[in-house]
Formats: sequence, C-alpha cells, structure tokens
Amino acid sequence: MTEQASIRPQPTPVLDGPMDGPLNTPLDGFRGATADWSADKQAFPVPWGKAMMWIFLISDTFIFTCFLTSYMNVRISTTEVWPNPSEVFALTVGGTDIPLLLIAIMTMILITSSGTMAMAVNFGYQRNRKRTAALLFTTAAFGVSFVCMQAFEWTKLIVHEGVRPWGNPMGAAQFGSSFFMITGFHGLHVTGGVIYLSVVATRVLNGFYDRKGTYETVEIAGLYWHFVDLVWVFIFALFYLW
Amino acid sequence: MDQAVVQHPPADATHASSAHAATHGSAEGGQQHPIRIYLWIWVLLFVLSACSYMVDYFQLHGALRWTLILLFMLLKAGFIVSIFMHVAWERLALKLVILVTPLTLLVLIGLMAIEGDYTFLTRIASFVR
Repeated sequence: MTEQASIRPQPTPVLDGPMDGPLNTPLDGFRGATADWSADKQAFPVPWGKAMMWIFLISDTFIFTCFLTSYMNVRISTTEVWPNPSEVFALTVGGTDIPLLLIAIMTMILITSSGTMAMAVNFGYQRNRKRTAALLFTTAAFGVSFVCMQAFEWTKLIVHEGVRPWGNPMGAAQFGSSFFMITGFHGLHVTGGVIYLSVVATRVLNGFYDRKGTYETVEIAGLYWHFVDLVWVFIFALFYLW
Repeated sequence: MDQAVVQHPPADATHASSAHAATHGSAEGGQQHPIRIYLWIWVLLFVLSACSYMVDYFQLHGALRWTLILLFMLLKAGFIVSIFMHVAWERLALKLVILVTPLTLLVLIGLMAIEGDYTFLTRIASFVR
C-alpha cells in the first residue's frame, strides 16, 4: 500500500512546543496547556476539518443509534400490535395499493444524491469549478425534494390517518412518537445538509477554494451528506421494512 | 471521460501523488479516485435498494425477511462508508476510530433488547389478563 504511505504529510511545524518559552522554560497558561495536549504530534494525517467532521459524525452515530434503540425497546415491550409500516406507508396509484412506494422513491432519491455528491468531490479535486458547483447544487436539489416528500408523508399521516406522538388508530401508541422523532431528526439533518451544500457550492462558484488552495471542504461536506444517506439506510431497513 | 481524470496505477502512486499535489494542489489526505468506481458503487446501491424493497413487495416473512433486510442494509452501509466516504483508503489510525468506536453501541442494543423483553413479560404478567 504505497499509495497510503504517500499521503502521509510531512511533519508540520507547531508554533510552540512545551519547552519553547523564553530561556527554554515550559510555557504557562493556555498556550502551555495547548502545547502539552498537542505534544507536537499529529495522530491523523488528514486535514483537521476532516478529522473534526469524522468525530462529529461518530457522535451523530451515537445519537441516531440511541433513537433507533429506544424504538426497538418500545416495540419489543409493547403489548399492543405494532402498526404494519407496509400498509401505513402504502400509496394508492391507479386504484391499487403499492406498499412503501413513497419511501422507495425517497430512498432512490437519497442514493442518487449520494452519487452526485461523490462526483462533486471528484471534480472538486480536479479543480473543475463549474461541474463541482453544478453537482453540489444538484445534490442539494435532491435533498430539497426529499424533504418535500417527507413533508407530504407527515401530512398524510397526521391529517388523513390520525397518527399522533401519543397514539394512533392502528395500534401501539409508541409508533407515532418513534416515527416522528426518528424521521424528524433525519429530516432536520437533510435540511441542514442542503444549507451546508448550498454554501459550499456558492463558494466553489466564486472561486473561494481556488484562493484557499484546496478543495478539501467539498470532500468534508461530502462526508456529512453520505452520512445522512447512511442513516437513512438504517431507518429504511429497521423502521420501514422491519 | 475527461483527460483530467487521473487514473494512476498503485505501483507508481508515490510519484503520482506528488504530481497530483503539484498539478491539482490537492492537500495531503485528499482523496481522488477513478470515477468508474463511484459509478459502479452507485449502480450497486440502486440494485441493493431495489432488492430490499422487493423483500417488502413480495411480503416475505419471518427469519428470511429479517436476514435479507439486515444483509442488504449492512452491504449498503459498507459500500457507502468504504467507497463514498473513502474509509477504504484512509490510514488504519483513522479507520479504527471510525469503525471500532461505534461497536460499543452493540452493548447498548443488547442491554435494551433484554430490558424490552423484561418489560414486555412484566406487562403481560401484571396488566394483560
């Protein structure tokens, strides 16, 4: 794996080592604390923004797992029948009920947006400003359509099927609270991602990253977007299909 | 494909990547890979999604349904994380942080499953006659 070895950066000079004070004495106060903690070492040979994004995504993984685990817990422990998602989320097209149709479309849209995002990262590293920005805006547009479909789904459930966080006509009351919490939080992530991608795309277009000298921000934004898609994979399997 | 697409073989990656940095100015740790691989994974994700949807469409039930759902879910998650999020090409130090840390969640899931069963049995015993 020579390729991996080659991306290892040269050691970057750190401003103050622990012993870099006047007369080679240890630094005091916050500068000293920073120097002690960093210890002139870099654990991850990636841009700091990327390492921070990964740490954020790991914490987000814990949040979503807590939601999905609490959903699992209430679904196991309820003595009432759990509403069948296949029927609840069916859509009537031309007189026939197609199970989970809207959810299937939403899944495909997110995967498509993940693909355009991956291409945007690729064109970003090729310094192709126009294509990168166009693909980022396309990804954001898919995100908007996803949120719109989710709004439609929520409306259908609340207005027509009478699902509430505290109860529903189909069975276990916990169905509503789990559904609104999990999909609501995911929808917020998509909405945040759309704003994030739009900002990055605008900056790509006006040459911000050319002046900065690196397109790594596009890749970091991509990590966030792929994560949103990743969470949906789990929600789709565990909430809608189970 | 554009001429700009750099498809370097792994053998001379050491030189290619410094050439990368010179021509494209990509920062260290920048991830650039042939577009072909993204397109393949993209297609694969569509196929896997269609498969998991088919599980519901054909109304499979029981152990077969759960096995297939989990299988397709894990395959999709694996492809997204390793290829789209570039984890396959990261160094081991970062891989370990990303992949091992969430494994602690299995403890939470296990405990909550036991707790859920216990609550269910208690409810059956106390409230449901």
